[in-house]
This record gives sequence, structure tokens and C-alpha cells, in this order.
Amino acid sequence: MVEFSLPKNSRLTEGKTFPAAADAKNVKVFEVYRWDPDSGENPRIDHYEIDLEQCGPMVLDAILKIKNEIDPTLTFRRSCREGVCGSCAMNVNGRNTLVCTKAISDYDGVIKIFPLPHMKVIKDLVPDMNHFYAQYASIKPWIETQTPAPADRERLQSREDRAKLDGLYECVLCACCSTSCPSYWWNSERYLGPAVLLQAYRWLTDSRDENTGARLDELEDPFKLYRCHTIMNCTDTCPKGLNPAKAIAGIKQMLVERK
Amino acid sequence: MRYQSALARAQGMGSAKSGTHHWWMQRITAIALLPLSFYLLQFLYLILTAPYSETREWIQQAFNSTALILWIIAVCYHAALGLQVVYEDYISSIGRRMTLVWLTHLVFTGLAVTAIIAIFNLVFAG
Repeated sequence: MVEFSLPKNSRLTEGKTFPAAADAKNVKVFEVYRWDPDSGENPRIDHYEIDLEQCGPMVLDAILKIKNEIDPTLTFRRSCREGVCGSCAMNVNGRNTLVCTKAISDYDGVIKIFPLPHMKVIKDLVPDMNHFYAQYASIKPWIETQTPAPADRERLQSREDRAKLDGLYECVLCACCSTSCPSYWWNSERYLGPAVLLQAYRWLTDSRDENTGARLDELEDPFKLYRCHTIMNCTDTCPKGLNPAKAIAGIKQMLVERK
Repeated sequence: MRYQSALARAQGMGSAKSGTHHWWMQRITAIALLPLSFYLLQFLYLILTAPYSETREWIQQAFNSTALILWIIAVCYHAALGLQVVYEDYISSIGRRMTLVWLTHLVFTGLAVTAIIAIFNLVFAG
């Protein structure tokens, strides 16, 4: 059965507090989830007080400031700091987002930072993405063709067909959507989740691909696809403003059309 | 300890190649229930307010009894499909899930047949 309460070793405890300097003018409190697998202790919440006058505007700037100046043990992923790599996906004040594109000023009061929900945690804010990436690999996210490419040019695509990929190709696989989806929480072993299904739809929609039938065959499954109950958390949370729920509806529509 | 690759785990036993019919029928029955439910409401209203003879006259009209029978089929099918989705969402034990799905379909089939026979009794009873 589904577990609705946290196991004992996952219950949160109070952690340390790192006060701001005495002369700090604009203090903001950041509560950050901390868990060290080697300590054998339960996860804890550490409190960091940061002077916003001495900090960049984004939530990632604050996390980097903590790492660089206050507590070098804080562990998290980040790379591009401009919403393109998808590394810094975290749960901030109850909502999944890329902290590099989220401004501190968007939040009133305390900012609570947790790892992506319902993922195994490796350490602190770093979730285990292996299964998510394997699910992505399972939909064969590359072009599949039988017809050889023209010898003297690339495979052509009309402007209209190319436009169908807009709203799909921008996905950076940050997993904000999948990890906000209750269906993915309960059944992530088998349900592919919104991010992977959006990527699947990206290849179903590509006019150059020649494997649509087999792709649909692979998706037609009560668990892989039909765990989606149009809850729409995915669309609500996507930091890139994409609409995975619409893409999933597109897959369902294709499956009905070919019946 | 399982030395299985992440991809092997993600692929599992592959696709069941079903589910679309289930999903589609859930939508079809939901839409069908919108107009059919008006007949049920009217029937319930008659049961509560009109004498037996008047209620029977109403149900003996072919259109009304057909609508009620269609309502019974649609609602039982819809409920069985819906409950199956709930089990699939929340029950991870395959044995328990399959037993419950099977039992639910059996119960709703029984309910539908009983209700339809009851309507036939009303329609054809002297």
C-alpha cells in the first residue's frame, strides 16, 4: 500500500542556526534540508541568516553564498545558472523550481529549501536521478528512421512541422514536473511521469521520425501512460513554462485516433 | 541485491499494450451519464412522490425504461473502471490488486444484471 507518513529515519529534526553578521541590514532566513548518509542521523533543517545586501538576486545566489562563505558542507547540484541545464531543481516553499531562475524577492518571509519530493536523497539537496534518466532512455529519445537521409542535405522539415516542436523541445529534464506529480510519487517504478512523457510526445510529433507506431505501442500501458489523471501539478510547476499535461493529452489522443 | 541496470528496471516487462480502451470507455460512460442521469432523477422523484401505478406507467414507456437500463449499464461500468484506477494507483501488491479488480467487476456486473431484471419485472409484470 501507499505510505502516507514518513518512515522513522526520515523524520526531520532541528539543525544548526547560522546568524547573520551584527551589522547586516536586510536579513533573510533560509531553512535548508540537510542529510548526510554517513552520519547515521535523521535529516535536519539548518537555518541560515543572509544579508541580502551582500547577496545576488536569485535563490541559487543565496545557496552559493551559504556554500562559499558560511557552510562549505552544503551539497547541491548547479551548473549553468540560467535555466538551461536543469541541474538546480529543488523544492522551494513547497513548489518545485529551478533556483537559478527564481528570484529571492518572489518570496515573503522565510525561504524553505528541500530536495525534489519523493526522490531518494543522496545527500542534502541532491536527489538520485538514475531511475528518471533510465526512464528517459527507455522511450528512445532520438530520431528513428528507415529512409536514409538525403545524400546532399539534411532531412527537411516544413516550418509548420517544426513549429509543432515548440513547447516540447525546450524541456531541460529538470524533473520538477515529474516529482510534483502524485501519480509519479505512488508509482514511479512504472509510471513514466510528465517529463518523460513530454519527451516521448516530442518524438511522436516530429515529422521526420518514422517509428510513431512502435513508440505508441510502447507507451500504451495502464502504468507507463495511464497513471496520468490530469492533476496538472506538472504544468503548474514547470519552471520553463511548458505544458506536460497537454503533451500527455496529445499522446492519449493519438492512441484513441489509431484505434 | 539486484545487479540489474537502471534501464532494465525502467523498462520492466515492457508495455501491456492496453489501457486506451479502459481510458476511452471511462470518458464515454461519463459523458453518457450526463443526459441519462436526468431519467434516473425523474424516476427517483416519481418513487418518492407518485403512486406505484403512475410510476409503473412511466417506466413501461419504452423510452424511459431503455434510458434507465442504459443508465444502469453506464454507471456500473463507469464505477468498476474508476475503482480499478484507484486500486492501480494505491495498491502495490499485484495479487491483492488483481483480486480486488476482479471482485469489483464481478460485483458491478451482478448489480447491473439484478437492476435490469428488476426493471424488466416492473415493465412486464401484469
